[in-house]
Amino acid sequence: MKKIVALLLALCMVLGLVACGAAPATENTETTETTETTETVETTEDAKVVKIGVFEPTSGDSASGGKKEVLGMQFANAETPEIEIGGETYKVELVYADNGSSTDKAPSAASSLVSAGVSIVLGSYGSGVSMAGGPMFGDAGIPAVGVTCTNPNVTAGNDYYWRICFLDNFQADVLANFAMDKFDAKVAYCLGESGNEYDQGLIAFFKQVFEAAGGTVITDSFPTGNSDFTSYLNKAKSEGADVIFTPVSIAYAVQIIAQAASLGIEAPFLGSDTLDDNMVLEAIAGTDLQLFVSTFYQEGGAPEFDAGIKEYINTNSEAMTANGGNDTISAVTAMGYDAYYVALEAMKAAGSVEAAAIKAALPGVTYEGVSGAIAFDEIGDAVRDTAYIKTADTANAAWILETVQTGSAS
Amino acid sequence: MQQLLSLEYIVSILLSGISLGGQLALIAIGYTMVYGILRLINFAHGDVFMVAGLVGIYVTAAVPVYIAIPIVILITVALGFFIERAAYKPLRSAPRMSVMISAIGVSYLLQNTATYVTGGQPMTYPTIQLLNKTVDIVGTPIKLVVLITPVLVLILIVLLTMLINKTKIGMAMRAVSKDFETSRLMGIKVNTVISATFVIGSALATVGSILYFSTYPGITPTAGAMPGLKAFVAAVFGGIGSIPGAVIGAFLIGICETIIKGLPSAWDVSVFSDAFTFALLIVILTCKPTGLFGEKATDKV
Amino acid sequence: MIQKQKNIKGTVGAMIGILFVFAIVVFLENLSAMFTNVPAILQPTSQLFTVLKKGAVYSLVAVSMNLLNGFTGLFSLGQAGFMLLGAYTYAIFTVPMAAKDQVYYLYGGSAVKFSLVDLFQSFMGTGAASLICAVLAGLILAGIVAALFAALIGLPVLRLKSDYLAIATLGFAEILRAIFQWQTLGPVTNGANMIKSFPTFSDFNIKNADGVVTLRLSTLVPFVVVAICITLIVLLINSSYGRAFKAIRDDEIAAEAMGVSLFKHKMMSFITSSFFAGVGGALFAMYVSNAQAKVFTSAMTYEILLIVVIGGIGSISGSVIGTFLYVACSEWWLRFLDAETYIGAFKVPLLRSGFRMVVFSVVIMIIVLFFSRGIMGDKELSFKGIGGLLSKCKKKKTTEGEEGTA
Repeated sequence: MKKIVALLLALCMVLGLVACGAAPATENTETTETTETTETVETTEDAKVVKIGVFEPTSGDSASGGKKEVLGMQFANAETPEIEIGGETYKVELVYADNGSSTDKAPSAASSLVSAGVSIVLGSYGSGVSMAGGPMFGDAGIPAVGVTCTNPNVTAGNDYYWRICFLDNFQADVLANFAMDKFDAKVAYCLGESGNEYDQGLIAFFKQVFEAAGGTVITDSFPTGNSDFTSYLNKAKSEGADVIFTPVSIAYAVQIIAQAASLGIEAPFLGSDTLDDNMVLEAIAGTDLQLFVSTFYQEGGAPEFDAGIKEYINTNSEAMTANGGNDTISAVTAMGYDAYYVALEAMKAAGSVEAAAIKAALPGVTYEGVSGAIAFDEIGDAVRDTAYIKTADTANAAWILETVQTGSAS
Repeated sequence: MQQLLSLEYIVSILLSGISLGGQLALIAIGYTMVYGILRLINFAHGDVFMVAGLVGIYVTAAVPVYIAIPIVILITVALGFFIERAAYKPLRSAPRMSVMISAIGVSYLLQNTATYVTGGQPMTYPTIQLLNKTVDIVGTPIKLVVLITPVLVLILIVLLTMLINKTKIGMAMRAVSKDFETSRLMGIKVNTVISATFVIGSALATVGSILYFSTYPGITPTAGAMPGLKAFVAAVFGGIGSIPGAVIGAFLIGICETIIKGLPSAWDVSVFSDAFTFALLIVILTCKPTGLFGEKATDKV
Repeated sequence: MIQKQKNIKGTVGAMIGILFVFAIVVFLENLSAMFTNVPAILQPTSQLFTVLKKGAVYSLVAVSMNLLNGFTGLFSLGQAGFMLLGAYTYAIFTVPMAAKDQVYYLYGGSAVKFSLVDLFQSFMGTGAASLICAVLAGLILAGIVAALFAALIGLPVLRLKSDYLAIATLGFAEILRAIFQWQTLGPVTNGANMIKSFPTFSDFNIKNADGVVTLRLSTLVPFVVVAICITLIVLLINSSYGRAFKAIRDDEIAAEAMGVSLFKHKMMSFITSSFFAGVGGALFAMYVSNAQAKVFTSAMTYEILLIVVIGGIGSISGSVIGTFLYVACSEWWLRFLDAETYIGAFKVPLLRSGFRMVVFSVVIMIIVLFFSRGIMGDKELSFKGIGGLLSKCKKKKTTEGEEGTA
């Protein structure tokens, strides 16, 4: 008897908690869902379906970024829900798999997409999971297009992985040059999460470029799960850093910015594409800090896309939650949007929805996306030579385009 | 290197170490009290601390901060009480391992529910004006919360010690922790005492969460895991079951950790701040297997 | 005499059982090559095989943890640390020389200037035999390194009692992780970057000259390795040492009084468990086809501990069954809960990403609270007991099913 009571209590607690969280999200979705479902009703009657796998983290450390990337794909899917291949109209269906931001969950998430019979895979945010899931796609012969996984090893040695973003070494190169050009920086303090290939990879490349140009680089790492950054920031200050480079994931970036604000750090912060995020912008709003991030896209680059996605976010409360509660467009969202169209282009070029045909067609695909022109080199990486550098306008909580920077040629 | 020897830098490191230690102490008390009575490592305690932070965000969004704080404490206390009743009480006669697994299960459940509710987004803790004011101490701007924390911790500990030594429920707690069965025979309502322990532990964890997240404002679903683990280490360090031991352990760990983080970057050792905590623990345990102030366990044959 | 006959009967039965499982695994994985039009679930890339592989790997780790926690009564939480050692040892020594520069691209190549793969190829040719030898050598080496480390830390740690032992071993695992993530050791451990390109399970698929797979063995390989390892553990448990372990678990003082050397046997159990955790770590690296310190967290240890308890503390077959159920549940069967689902125009409430894990943790809580002895208790699976068990299992499945829909 007691056990039954306890069981009921436990269930009530869980449902209660879940309901608290779910309530705000489900209320408003109904309006948008109905519009979507009417669309489905119209199209499903005689259209065939082609499935695109979305291999993204929606839980774990990178959930925030992953969800924003998915948002871009969802918007693109809402905009172009059908594709004509070889005279036949297909309805495009997105199939999701949460890789949990963790390499031990990635293989089974990847295989769930394979099982679902997808023709092409998009993602993931985060290089580690892409590398862990990559062999699954390779075994199944399904091509994958990385959206913002910037580690060189994602595509190297995997014939089935492409990507539409620039690489770590390019990004680090851009930022190092920017630091020296703009601030005349001599000493750079780099802080990254220990054991995170993204952070450490960028820092290593940044160090190479910055030191080659005669600067001094101080590198430091914090253990996973760390939340006290005051010691690191004080250290950066005491060691006389001209710039502070923090290519960390969003949750850490928010902590660092918030704590730097109370310490009155004067040196400008440099960030990588992960810092181009609403949460970071919110944290820096109203402070005296300077933040510059390199990224794939700047709002205003494609006004039509901006207007469209803002409307999409503002009319869909789930999209709003996924975007962190406002309608500032993250670069990863634009990248997700482009990735969806690259996938469509590949299918058109292949003239088929067969994975093998798409894989064969991908190397030749070119696409003029909102984030710039996309083409692939022989390894499968995107041919890109520009990165946008934005700065945070702390008074208005918005990003301002600082400069468009090309690689080390300068 | 030279710059790091400045008074300004040393003071800033020590102050943040002391404040971190104080926050850990408030969590560690919860661990150590529960262990003292139930001989249970309450793995879910760190997650209760995280939930307190999240509840803090949601409640302050609705009502002013100073009304919100008591509400948050109430909700967290209810959660702590409820966890004990639902997940630990049914297993009172089960082997100790089962109860601990139940604790891990609760921790799992809290984290996953938090992920679901927040959608995996990192949340930012609201600014509490009083705590976030900055004052200058030898040229270093310091948040007021850093200075308030140790004072508040000391006051709370004095109150707690008085409660344990002077009141009836305190006496009952001491009795139960000495001998579970005998105190039941002596007419002590063991379940009430255990609930009281969880209530006190959760309330202190909530105060800890307010101080901690005001200093480090980002909350993710796993934000409670590391502070929880460290607080637990602090409790073991001081001799699990002993409140003064836990507090001293927490301060020691907090200070050591910040000092390691503050060592020159060129030495490249700041990654080992967590590892050092554990290394220190292992050294202490091998020298003194029951911690600094732990009671020597006697085996009954 | 009768006892002995029974044992022989049991052994033969177990061996037939294991061979039968092998045969089924090979059959299932190659079904798609024999027949066209097999259901999607039997396609070689289906989730079924991912889950089977992961289940096999985790069951070895769970059994090794059970050896410590369930049979010797040593409450250790260091499993993730030993897995990390195993995974890295295997990865570092089996990355082919040709791939090293690419893998260690941040450090301009690896400090370890040889590779087991190339070593065996140099005198055995590039055939399957050299691959098998290299992988086997890598796995054994992985186990040995983990065992050596266990011997090293066992000396101070095994003096500690119950919870103190738990936190000390947990601490060692965390320290190991910090060391392997240290950039300064990059030329060996590749720092934060993952080590990849070493032989994995899918390298065991037999291909013909055109590179088309003719016989898939990628799921069989982990099953064989794990079966051998678990058999070794069972043999140890059934030996006189195993009886000493159980005596220590039941009552240390009584065991000591009976002349069982506490330290020697604890050490033996600890080292053996770590050896197999190391091998399990290496297999895990093969499963995820990379080695990165980031995943070997204390959360992983808790997960394995949960599996051990769900399976039944002190039951080998329980751990194995528990692992497969746990892995299948968390990674496969409940995945539909993550997707927003429509029945007609009606949106099923609550279903969105993250809900799977909430339901899963509720299921776990229910098992822990209401079946605190786990699936098998401390009994073992036997042909005699299967009949009685089946009805019990059925009951369990229905409760799980109800939860899934709740």
